[in-house]
Amino acid sequence: MGLKIVVCAKQVIDPDAPSASFKINQANLSIMPPEGIPPVVNGFCENAVEAALKIKDSVPGTTVTVISIGSSFVLDVIKKPLSMGADQIILVEDQNIENADPFSTTKILSATIKTIPDFDLIICGQQASDWDNAHVPMGISETLKIPCLNSAKEISIDEETIIVKSSISDGYISLKSRLPALVTVNNEIGEPRYPTLKGIMQASRKTPEKLTLEDIHLAQSDISPKMSLLSLSIPISNSQCEILEGETDADSGKLLALKLREDKII
Amino acid sequence: MPDILILTETENGIPHSSAGELIAAGRKLANVLGNNVCSVIMEELEETSYETLIQLGADKVYVTSHPELSNGNIDAFVSSLEQICIQKKPTIILTSRTYLGRNVGSRIAYRLGSGIAQDCIDVSVDEETSRVIVTRPVYGGNAIAKFIFTQDDPQVIILRLKAFEINEVDPNRTGSIEKLNIELDEQAIKINMIETVKEESAGIKLEDAPVIIAGGRGLGGPEPFKQLEKLANIFNGAVGASRAVCDAGWVDHSFQIGLTGKQVAPDIYITIGISGASQHMAGCLGSKNIIAINNDPDANIFKDASYGVVGDWEKILPSFTETIQNLLES
Repeated sequence: MGLKIVVCAKQVIDPDAPSASFKINQANLSIMPPEGIPPVVNGFCENAVEAALKIKDSVPGTTVTVISIGSSFVLDVIKKPLSMGADQIILVEDQNIENADPFSTTKILSATIKTIPDFDLIICGQQASDWDNAHVPMGISETLKIPCLNSAKEISIDEETIIVKSSISDGYISLKSRLPALVTVNNEIGEPRYPTLKGIMQASRKTPEKLTLEDIHLAQSDISPKMSLLSLSIPISNSQCEILEGETDADSGKLLALKLREDKII
Repeated sequence: MPDILILTETENGIPHSSAGELIAAGRKLANVLGNNVCSVIMEELEETSYETLIQLGADKVYVTSHPELSNGNIDAFVSSLEQICIQKKPTIILTSRTYLGRNVGSRIAYRLGSGIAQDCIDVSVDEETSRVIVTRPVYGGNAIAKFIFTQDDPQVIILRLKAFEINEVDPNRTGSIEKLNIELDEQAIKINMIETVKEESAGIKLEDAPVIIAGGRGLGGPEPFKQLEKLANIFNGAVGASRAVCDAGWVDHSFQIGLTGKQVAPDIYITIGISGASQHMAGCLGSKNIIAINNDPDANIFKDASYGVVGDWEKILPSFTETIQNLLES
């Protein structure tokens, strides 16, 4: 009897795209996807998939179901968790989700999870690299009324309980709760595994299950924003950098130190 | 008038430094809106602590306590704050972006059905609607967004650490202290705290260090960090690292500085082999002086640094360190 794990994943603009490529669409206050750079699965969501797969490796019979909501999926991208080893993926695709604020996202994800009976564990990335809200997972735990164990850098789990090491700035707190529960992770849980050839082949044969808002019993009117975006701008750096240059790199190092003294920085 | 609540954290029996920052932000809003700024403390402290909070700008201090709160149990904090909110019906809640603040702040908003603004660097009041407008970095710091809260209260604002300057203490300020009762039943607490483990790194905490030497992928491996340590010691400072270096296992994650990881604002922030991606800069832009050593003249870091050297760190760092040592000894 394995565990039934649900992982939430989000498709985002590649955060490693060069800063200069981030441009704003002022008409609808959004960031335009940079030319020629495909979207990716959000980094911490990949860490969440990895955390689920680590449990699947050690608890036989465990299944990992990935859910994602969005307005325009690139299938090659969003199926990556399947190539890593997840068992199935459920996609909720709707035009209105493009401008969904995090509260709407929470509602939609929670409603989708409710269609999965008897899950034991939900694992989410701590935050998404686009809007950096970092609270949707907590919203899901509040909506579903299950315990929330955040910033897990290590997870131990059996049929009824879960223990995590929750990362704090100078160490960790060991937290325990009964199942079902929700856990958030960041990069500390471990590097996401690379898809294997076998995984990629298996993923290509799997079709995502597609749901509409109606399928998850939500109407447009159920989704109303709690925050409104007023403006979006690219920050301009005002600082002028003084570059110190000597005849050799070693000289430059010395000049830098002397300059800092001269300007009373040190 | 409804309150502006400040979730006031404590450390070793006194208010944490973030309390003053939150009160300053609360005062900025209260000066327009007219509400009381009320510091909420979840443990009993000495009277002088309450007075300090008032002198920093709070109008009231609400105090409550419970063993589970003393343990730091997040469920207990959320439930207690929920009860306080049902009693006081605040219009605004301010917390810091600490472990406690971001967990409690986020969850209380969902519990009460209202909005959350994460990692805010500024707050103001909309003239027309009197709702709060927040300024916050998004897309890893590549963009700055302004949001306004819609109608639901309380408007929950999670403030970036050190985004607000603490006001001067005014010894003539007076205010009131009110003890509040809360009850916590089994249903409220779903999580057991088993233990807290502090992994002491030798030397000064990153958040407190006046000088930080931060290493990135350009260092090529873990060995060079010994040189960074040597430089940090000369300054009585600390060593930090970019996320890439932590993920690669060259140093422990506790060294990580960035949007995720620690956010620091030292007097001097020296980067070696760090490109300066937004997500890293989000962790250190509050520094008074950023100094960069990198072999790529086009690296982003030079847009944010005040001083820099372009070249091979292996040749630059030893002579820099030696010169610094001589200057500080003389």
